[in-house]
Amino acid sequence: MSDQVDHSRRRLLTAATVGTGAIGVAFAAVPFLASWQPSARAKALGAPVAVDASKLETGQMLKVVWRGQAVFVIRRVKAVVDQLGGHNALLADPGSDDSLQPDYIKASGPARARNPEYWVGLAVCTHLGCSPLGAFEPNNSYQVAGADLGANWPGGFYCPCHGSKYDLSGRVFKGQPAPTNLTVPPYAISADMRIVIGVSDAPKPA
Amino acid sequence: MALAPESADTAKGFIGWIDARFPLTKLWKEQVSEYYAPKNFNFWYYFGVLSMVVLAIQLVTGIFLTMNYKPSSAEAFASVEYIMRDVEWGWLIRYMHSTGASAFFIVIYLHMFRALLYGSHRKPRELLWIFGCLIFLLLMAEAFMGYVLPWGNMSYWGAQVIVSIFSSVPIVGQSLVEWIRGDYYIADATLNRFFALHVAALPLALVFLVIAHLMALHEVGSNNPDGIEIKKHKDAQGHPLDGIPFHPYYTVKDTVGIAAFLLVFCAVIFFAPTFGGLFLEEPNFQPADPLQTPPHIAPVWYFTPYYAMLRAVPSFAGTQIWGVLVLGAAVVVLFFLPWLDRSPVNSIRYRGPIYKVMLAIFVLSFIVLGVCGLKPPSGIYPMLARICTILYFAFFLLMPWYTKYESVKPVPERVTGHA
Repeated sequence: MSDQVDHSRRRLLTAATVGTGAIGVAFAAVPFLASWQPSARAKALGAPVAVDASKLETGQMLKVVWRGQAVFVIRRVKAVVDQLGGHNALLADPGSDDSLQPDYIKASGPARARNPEYWVGLAVCTHLGCSPLGAFEPNNSYQVAGADLGANWPGGFYCPCHGSKYDLSGRVFKGQPAPTNLTVPPYAISADMRIVIGVSDAPKPA
Repeated sequence: MALAPESADTAKGFIGWIDARFPLTKLWKEQVSEYYAPKNFNFWYYFGVLSMVVLAIQLVTGIFLTMNYKPSSAEAFASVEYIMRDVEWGWLIRYMHSTGASAFFIVIYLHMFRALLYGSHRKPRELLWIFGCLIFLLLMAEAFMGYVLPWGNMSYWGAQVIVSIFSSVPIVGQSLVEWIRGDYYIADATLNRFFALHVAALPLALVFLVIAHLMALHEVGSNNPDGIEIKKHKDAQGHPLDGIPFHPYYTVKDTVGIAAFLLVFCAVIFFAPTFGGLFLEEPNFQPADPLQTPPHIAPVWYFTPYYAMLRAVPSFAGTQIWGVLVLGAAVVVLFFLPWLDRSPVNSIRYRGPIYKVMLAIFVLSFIVLGVCGLKPPSGIYPMLARICTILYFAFFLLMPWYTKYESVKPVPERVTGHA
């Protein structure tokens, strides 16, 4: 045996040991990080929910819970639906190009709905997830949660947390903290106004 | 291994027995009885020791709160009410803990302001400052998660807002948020993991960092209101001429400061534990309701300056990440302070008028931001918050210029104000 220490061999072996150990640590970290994912129970509880919207009067709103989030179901007045395309110039994303919704909702234009009379969307502000309030009446000086929505409010939603304003299709106005329109979840609506939130296929008539 | 031979100044008896096996006397001398601190400490030097006192209060009261608190979404709110009403002295322990959280930020903010006054962040104390910034960062995480635990409606929606911040990260944002929450919304899983982090992981890291902060302090030595090195002038024994042993001189002085602090602290606990909605907000006396956002969401006062910055930045290019980046930068910029400051002097006593004005503007804008963060985002507040956000950053980002070129006063050789 030689007294000489082979430093390059020692460095190589050290590096190899450290490298192997690091790979082991990375693999061992996976279960811990993955344990933070939604559990099987949480996923099961995220199943679709059905709503009977046939009893909804025009101008009324329902809030239903899907995956722990509130979902708005509103029945819009016909006159409101007709003027939705009229204020595109005031909106940040009039065509919903940067917003989240199924393709069939985006294709429906300003109504953002499968049936223009019924609007369905997440009650979750796209800014930081607060729940917007309904401020449906067009008004010149609409007061909600201590804030003035300004002159010529066309009707829509107002988020009380940071002041984002949306129209009645959940489309955000320009210059708001919220960057995109309210998210529309996948949903199906049958001829008898049964809405199933969470799936895109029409439910069987009851 | 043989034990160290006894010498003249080695303790005998029980302490001697320990010293031969553990550096007890050595540690006591190095860190306390023979740690020479400058003799000209003033009022501002209380806040370091006070933050240690508050940390101790939080650790002890926190441990006792966990004995009755239930970290589940179904039971959390009721268990806090149980502590408040049915547990013997539970109300006192809980109010100590909730008031302690606000007290922590008061003393930490004043402690950090002291550094800005006297240049305590500057060479050779950069690492000391960085440890301090890390403590501040951890403290923010600790306070946020602690605020979620009572599971009141403000807990819930505060968590919703803060966790959603991560959804603005490009591409992975949504899955990142899902991973943090462990569900599709702020749920039981979220509360449970925040509890684990709040009571175990973060306090451990905090205590470790506080030890590192103190070790770094005792390695480089304390700064002082004159911002000069007391180690430059030493006596025959090698002790700084302008230094005095921490014990008994500062232990006695700090005891007076601690007593005065506890007087105020107890007054708040007994007479104004909610502090007019600032320390404990009204909506948090209602249970969490995932379907009903409180009409006005404001974080607890110590986060409002940063929250105002988050709100002040409008979204553009289809993303709201800009506000989040500004919020992050407002904290991260603190870490770079030692290198942004190019002044030839440390203490505000010898700096020129520009630094004094900039520091005053900075403190003022921080306070105004704090007020803006408490108010609804309408009227003059969004614009005020924008202006103050710019001023906040101007203090840091213009610092390399205004500190470098301003005229300074001559610095004395020895500390002033004491015989």
